[in-house]
Amino acid sequence: MSPHDHDHHHDQDHAPITDQDGPISRYELLETAIRELLIEKGLFTAADLHAQIDATESRNPALGADLVAKAWVDPAFKANLIEDPRATLGEMGIDVGAIAELQVVENTDDLHHVVVCTLCSCYPRMILGVPPAWYKSTAYRSRVVKDPRGVLQEFGLELTDTTKVRVLDSTADLRFLVIPRRPPGTERLDEAALAQLVTRDSMIGTAEALDPQS
Amino acid sequence: MTGTSSTPQDTRFAPGSPVRVSDRASLGHCRTPVYLRGRSGTVVGIAGRFRDPERLAYHKPGLPLQTLYRVRFSQRDLWPGYGGPANDEIEADLFEHWLEPNEERQREQGR
Repeated sequence: MSPHDHDHHHDQDHAPITDQDGPISRYELLETAIRELLIEKGLFTAADLHAQIDATESRNPALGADLVAKAWVDPAFKANLIEDPRATLGEMGIDVGAIAELQVVENTDDLHHVVVCTLCSCYPRMILGVPPAWYKSTAYRSRVVKDPRGVLQEFGLELTDTTKVRVLDSTADLRFLVIPRRPPGTERLDEAALAQLVTRDSMIGTAEALDPQS
Repeated sequence: MTGTSSTPQDTRFAPGSPVRVSDRASLGHCRTPVYLRGRSGTVVGIAGRFRDPERLAYHKPGLPLQTLYRVRFSQRDLWPGYGGPANDEIEADLFEHWLEPNEERQREQGR
């Protein structure tokens, strides 16, 4: 039976929307069945659901990049962001949500943080949006804790032995945002130009911020 | 440190305490990775008090709140033959009911 066989009303007719063209998986069927039951029972409406998806997907790494650029130019802001992210972001009107606590860590010449969730795919969605597919892959999750330097090398990031590597495994209620090192030669760039150098991966710790010279 | 506020009196381990992760099996949802069970680390911070995910996952309130610790491990202690420098490390967030005092290391530190 297709998920659309039973009697309910659409605003308009359409083919079932799926993420890919392949056959629907067991879990997709399960999700569809539960979702439609919850909507039929009136726990939420289809509009509520889509508003929530929209809100989730509207979060993207640009928010994190703005925070990092601000932290680079404003040492007091950086100190506050690391000390109390919830309050600091709250003052800026950014709600980090109630589900998890955000922690902000700083990469330096001596210490490089890289973030993983070995148990599932915990990620600072409130700041970076939806995680990239590789972040959720078994290969990344299992290998980066055992051989972080090897994995970082595959990302194109070569660290010398004088830089300590600290892997942060988001096992529970904390989510981590990395402030990457500010690239050299960026002293004259303003905050907006600096934010352009801050990539998603640099805030996970699998890359450095972009070099404006290259 | 953020998190639901926690007073030192309700926490069993202070920052700096040597701990060992309990080497027991778990049934169902659990946020203690298997690769850390039975391993020795050091408490580096108290993240706050949170609902117990092992109960929360099964529609229980997850109360009383459990203290969550940030625990640091040496890579070389975890993985025999680890190729990186000796000071490389891993931090994970572990709940109090998975941690035991590491008396052996405590004695070593006391010397």
